[in-house]
Amino acid sequence: MTVAPGTIAPDNRPVNVEAAVTKMEALLGGHIAAYLDACVHCGQCAQACHFHEATQDPRHTPALKLQPMTRVYRRSKSPFAGLKKALGLAPAITEAELRDWEPLIFDTCTMCARCTIVCPMAIDIASVVAATRQAFVAAGLGPPDLLQAADNARDKGSPLGVTPEVLADRVEWLADDNEVEIPLDKEKAEVLLTVSSIEMMKYPDSVVAMAKLLNAAGIDWTLSSKGYEATNFGVLSGKGDIAKTMVERIATAAEAVGARTVVVPECGHAYGVLRWSGANLLGRALPFEVVHITEYLADLKRQGRLKFKPYSEQAVTYHDPCQISRRGGATADARYLLDGFATDFREMTPTGNYNWCCGGGGGVQAMGRAADVRHEVFRIKMAQVEATGAPALVSACANCRLTMDESKAALKWDKELISIVELLADNLVPADKG
Amino acid sequence: MIEFIEGPLWYLALATFLVGVAWRLIVLVAMKRPSDLSQARSASGGLGGALKALIQHSVPHGGNLGRTLYHFVTGYMFHVGLLVLVLFAAPHVEFIQERLIGSDLGWPKLPRWAFIVAAEAAFAGLILLYVHRLTDPVKKQLTDIDDHLGVWLTFIAMLTGCLALQEAHDGLRATHMLSVEALMIYFPFSRLMHAFTFVLARAKTGATYGRRGFAP
Repeated sequence: MTVAPGTIAPDNRPVNVEAAVTKMEALLGGHIAAYLDACVHCGQCAQACHFHEATQDPRHTPALKLQPMTRVYRRSKSPFAGLKKALGLAPAITEAELRDWEPLIFDTCTMCARCTIVCPMAIDIASVVAATRQAFVAAGLGPPDLLQAADNARDKGSPLGVTPEVLADRVEWLADDNEVEIPLDKEKAEVLLTVSSIEMMKYPDSVVAMAKLLNAAGIDWTLSSKGYEATNFGVLSGKGDIAKTMVERIATAAEAVGARTVVVPECGHAYGVLRWSGANLLGRALPFEVVHITEYLADLKRQGRLKFKPYSEQAVTYHDPCQISRRGGATADARYLLDGFATDFREMTPTGNYNWCCGGGGGVQAMGRAADVRHEVFRIKMAQVEATGAPALVSACANCRLTMDESKAALKWDKELISIVELLADNLVPADKG
Repeated sequence: MIEFIEGPLWYLALATFLVGVAWRLIVLVAMKRPSDLSQARSASGGLGGALKALIQHSVPHGGNLGRTLYHFVTGYMFHVGLLVLVLFAAPHVEFIQERLIGSDLGWPKLPRWAFIVAAEAAFAGLILLYVHRLTDPVKKQLTDIDDHLGVWLTFIAMLTGCLALQEAHDGLRATHMLSVEALMIYFPFSRLMHAFTFVLARAKTGATYGRRGFAP
């Protein structure tokens, strides 16, 4: 099935064009202006974009996503903007254009940054898209389900409705059911563990696995009902106030327990936001280090505090979550964990920092209307995995996992998806036998 | 008319080019940009990333090279060919020595065969890039009037330059100068500025991601 352009039906929501323009003017700093001035419209980015490659639709060329900002730049901030405006060379953005661009800015950009690699100017289109989303939301646009997820996070504590009360119930249930200690609201702890509500509601074994591993290594850790949700739908949806609130909650919780380390669970964007944007959203340096669970476990393995039985049940390959590898810089840690553990590990092609996105990053997973195109994109991942001959795919992101699980079901694919944390916990060598 | 083209208009074009480019770059550098308060993975990551991106994005890397290889070959043919012509074509060297430097500094001049090779490479590169722009569905979506103007002004400057090569006719030389002057005046206000802004864009991305551990 190919996905036709313009599959997103227009709706009747009022659109405040002026608000979008004002927001873009405010966000249009020197870094974005330099990108807009540098783009030579060569279109090389198209080949790196999974949405373009899956659909062969030129509308999915990443450079086209620079258009809203470029138009505002030309009309209000570029040299002779006033003259261009007066001569009609820099027309104002219209409501119809904003509606036309909306699916390009939201539904078909996972902010994976593959396009940046092939761009001869190294333009970071993902960061421009993130800023542009804020303007679209200011105008009243954006996928309703993504915006609702952000509102849920603000109002209930998590996008999937994991309130502090639900968290406490789920933790108690998981601890009892799995006979594992899951500390919640300890007064003081060295490490604050955060969770993704995707894990808590859909993949709770992942939470249990993290608890088992941290306990086995003798870590002084806790969850906190003050700040537990690692995902940040404020950033994904372009709602800056919610983005800041979500980071503030974790920072407050970490400072309250005196944590020196905040561990982000298997979630790519949660890591990217807290590790690389958290301090910027708060406007101050974070008084703790932020690490992804794979980074933290790799460190424990290096220290000899965790040991694993070799896993030889089947060959496995590894899917790099974009925000952990390419945009996060933690590419090597998952491989260090798999090294010497997965006895038949096969890298896919391309891999590591150049790996393809699952299709659900950047909040696209939460957009119901983007499901069809996501499934088409997933065919790229299927081909990558099948080329390795491995029957199982390991990864370190619950959002990727959910995306791939849904596409796997939609396309009736028979390969297995495995969480790296769960795989490690299942093969943990108890400390007294290590 | 010829005196005007080779005299006042030349100086106007030169001043517009130099002041315009400097102004554009100063404005870009002076525009506010957010500071990064995150803790870098390594202290030298930002600088290293910027340098890596500056070099790495000059060549194809990272896979998915189908489109890149075409642009790499045709782009370098055009850019290198043009740069060689601008700096080393014999009439240009004489012009630079007489009008810009004011003395003979021993600037090397291209032999005729090398001029022909450079000109052929530049023309072929530019034409192949432009044909691709007119026919490729991806590029057609992206292309605007600025892209067309930049190509045509450059093409006309190159074509008139070839016609004026023998310096057999003052009118041909003046036509070439006029086309170059148009290009120089247009340059700072167009996408041709990528000749300079590529440094800012690559360095920004490289520095941002270099701090994180991987400059793409």
